[in-house]
Amino acid sequence: MNAENEPLLELQHIKKMMERSTKFSSLSGLSSIAAGICGLAGIWFVVKAIAGWKQNHIGNINAPRDELATQLLFIAVATFIAALISSFIFIYLRCKKLSIPVLGMSARRVIINIAIPLFAGSLFIFRLRTSGAYILIPPACLIFYGLALVNASKYTLNEVRYLGFTEIIIGVINLWILGYGLIFWGIGFGLTHIIYGIIIWYRYEKKASGNLPGSTNE
Amino acid sequence: MKKKHPEIYQEVQMNNPIENLNKTFDSRVRLGIMSILMVNDTINFNDLKQLINVTDGNLASHIKSLEESGYIKVNKGFVGRKTNTTYAVTKTGTKAFQQHLSALEKMIKAIK
Repeated sequence: MNAENEPLLELQHIKKMMERSTKFSSLSGLSSIAAGICGLAGIWFVVKAIAGWKQNHIGNINAPRDELATQLLFIAVATFIAALISSFIFIYLRCKKLSIPVLGMSARRVIINIAIPLFAGSLFIFRLRTSGAYILIPPACLIFYGLALVNASKYTLNEVRYLGFTEIIIGVINLWILGYGLIFWGIGFGLTHIIYGIIIWYRYEKKASGNLPGSTNE
Repeated sequence: MKKKHPEIYQEVQMNNPIENLNKTFDSRVRLGIMSILMVNDTINFNDLKQLINVTDGNLASHIKSLEESGYIKVNKGFVGRKTNTTYAVTKTGTKAFQQHLSALEKMIKAIK
């Protein structure tokens, strides 16, 4: 060991410990891709369900909407669960590979910071629904989800911040092109996740060594 | 790294920044604990253990020595029925850590 190297190694160790304890760096690009695919699949089922419902009730203005609403709610819940499980699996595998605790302190911070805007958002969206402002629901989902990501990005990979900005922008555009919620959902929850997933995977996981950000030059 | 220049090296010895290096931070484990506490208000034993990757006994003894130096303070609390001991850095600890950092900085500058 070279004595000249000592202070540098020590500083690197300090930096590594500071980063490890504040940032959840074992996000997997694959989980984002999986969530995006689940989102697109969900939208495809919704489109099919609506088309089927329209066909059953051609020309009937007073057709029962309840049956369709239940079906759509079921698809939404199923999509959410599928996206959650599939992305969790990839994060779990990545944590195992890097021997980082899955639900360590930094992961808990990310979850809490995502949950706060999402919780407020879900109440807001619930009220939009009960007050009949259905058309504002899709942009509200995108905007609150984007805010949640921006808020949590301090504690994880920097890319998440830009993913959040992208979701907010898509949501805001949707506010002025109302009525195309499904298309914007497809772009925001589907395509954007897939694109960012590929970026994250390419940057951190493509190399077999699986470099963590900040610990590359050890 | 560059080759040693004897004359510069001598100067380093004369100004001796090594003097300012804190002996307490010789150990990687103690340095790690301090680094983590500088950027986290509080942290509990288990999280610390996972981050630093050492055994219970090893971590406990290093924590004890930092506590004895007055660099960290221990707060014993409960989560439900389980004990939850958290640690935080003291003012003395922050100061000592900052001095250690500037000593390291000086050493690196001197080498350049």
